Amino acid sequence: MAEIPEHLLKRAEEAKARAGAESEGEPVPNEATETKVPEELLDRTKAAGDRDTTLATKESGTQVEPPQLPAPTGSGPAGHTQRLLTVVKSGSIQDVKLKPVDKVHVWPHLLVVEFVAALAITAFSTVFSIFVNAPLLELANFNQTPNPSKAPWYFLGLQELLTMFHPMVAGVTIPGLALFLLILAPYIDRNPSNKPEDRKFAISLMTIHLMFWAVLVMIGSFFRGPGFNFIFPWADGLFFEL
Amino acid sequence: MAKQSLGEKLADISEKTKSSQAWNSIFRPGSIFRKGYSDSPRNRSYVVMNSLIYHLHPVKVKRHAVKVSYTLCLGGLSFFLFILLTVTGIFLMFFYRPTAAQAWDDIYTLQTSVTFGLFVRNMHRWTAHLMVLTVFLHMARVFYHGAYKAPREFNWVIGVILLTLTLLLSFTGYLLPWDQLALWAVTVGTNMMGYTPVFGDQVRFVLLGGVEIGTDTLLRWYVLHVLMLPFVAVIFMAIHFWRVRKDGGISGPL
Repeated sequence: MAEIPEHLLKRAEEAKARAGAESEGEPVPNEATETKVPEELLDRTKAAGDRDTTLATKESGTQVEPPQLPAPTGSGPAGHTQRLLTVVKSGSIQDVKLKPVDKVHVWPHLLVVEFVAALAITAFSTVFSIFVNAPLLELANFNQTPNPSKAPWYFLGLQELLTMFHPMVAGVTIPGLALFLLILAPYIDRNPSNKPEDRKFAISLMTIHLMFWAVLVMIGSFFRGPGFNFIFPWADGLFFEL
Repeated sequence: MAKQSLGEKLADISEKTKSSQAWNSIFRPGSIFRKGYSDSPRNRSYVVMNSLIYHLHPVKVKRHAVKVSYTLCLGGLSFFLFILLTVTGIFLMFFYRPTAAQAWDDIYTLQTSVTFGLFVRNMHRWTAHLMVLTVFLHMARVFYHGAYKAPREFNWVIGVILLTLTLLLSFTGYLLPWDQLALWAVTVGTNMMGYTPVFGDQVRFVLLGGVEIGTDTLLRWYVLHVLMLPFVAVIFMAIHFWRVRKDGGISGPL
């Protein structure tokens, strides 16, 4: 059983004693009425009651009985300040929409993970930067086109498409369409489930889309040599700068 | 009034200091600088609530949200790489002038005569490539978890915009060293944009600051790279992070 705080126990004792004294016929002065409601407020309440009566009389023309004001009391019978009317189960009157979920504190559980991840990637890029130097070729020269000239790696998929389609299709229409459809993905896919087994079509389509670009980028990066002709990197060497 | 003794004066100063706003924000509840930090649920909440972290994270998250195997930290890492790139980028700006006559020499001098110059440039370049990768993988992760579905549709749109901005940031930075690699990679890229229907030539002219790549292009792409695109990206990132919390934290579990 839960522990009852001391001050509540004390208050209950007092109330019990007072109730006992009353029942024995010795009227105990009700402290609550005397102390808690100041005289001037009681007077004001009475005055307001009178005014209401006169107003009602003027308007309706009939005599209205002045309302019987009950003597204000600060406590109920036997000294209780509240009475238990009924017990209602929470589900019957409250519509609980939010189910309680299992939650953990961000500190330390999430922040530690984030900190370690940040540390790891900092360490990785630091070590990589110490050992591998960024390329700096000779000064830009408009009269000497390197062979092959390649775009940055993330655009090599597009450059690969250039070998197959008209530049407007390869450079604008296909990437534009891909980006547009990507933005619209949540509005096209109205399936509310996020379970992989319920969205096989969406997952297949996206996988094909991602693979499409990944394969094109890899061909453009590693399998294209002088003249942007098809080569094998293990036979003809690497023509790729990051 | 009686003259204060030295001890009283010191006590007075110490009291004023301890009731100042600066003192109370450094030694706030939950601060690691506060004497007697103990690991209690109350202090765990204070650490988040009374610090800048509260802009990014709520006090508590769903238990599955802290699993590394769910997010692989890709979104957070993209943001962290953006910060790393800002820091290294500011360092590089001290040694670089965006004109055709000076750009390449500045990079060369940076690598050969500036302390940590080569290292910081390497770091900037490799983390830039890494960021393109993490942003791309983050998008794939979000798609495969169906995290773009209601109520997160709008945040997905912001995310795709951020992916585009990341590519543009990387591409504008590609020209700045003004070497053969930069010049011809950008030539290939901008030639493609010239094929935009109806106003292709105008698009190309605006991007290059002329009909050919030159010193004007360099200045234009430099301003885009160090100021305009990061500015826009930061705004979209702020909306992106705010939407994550607004939409009820990260998605899932599956």
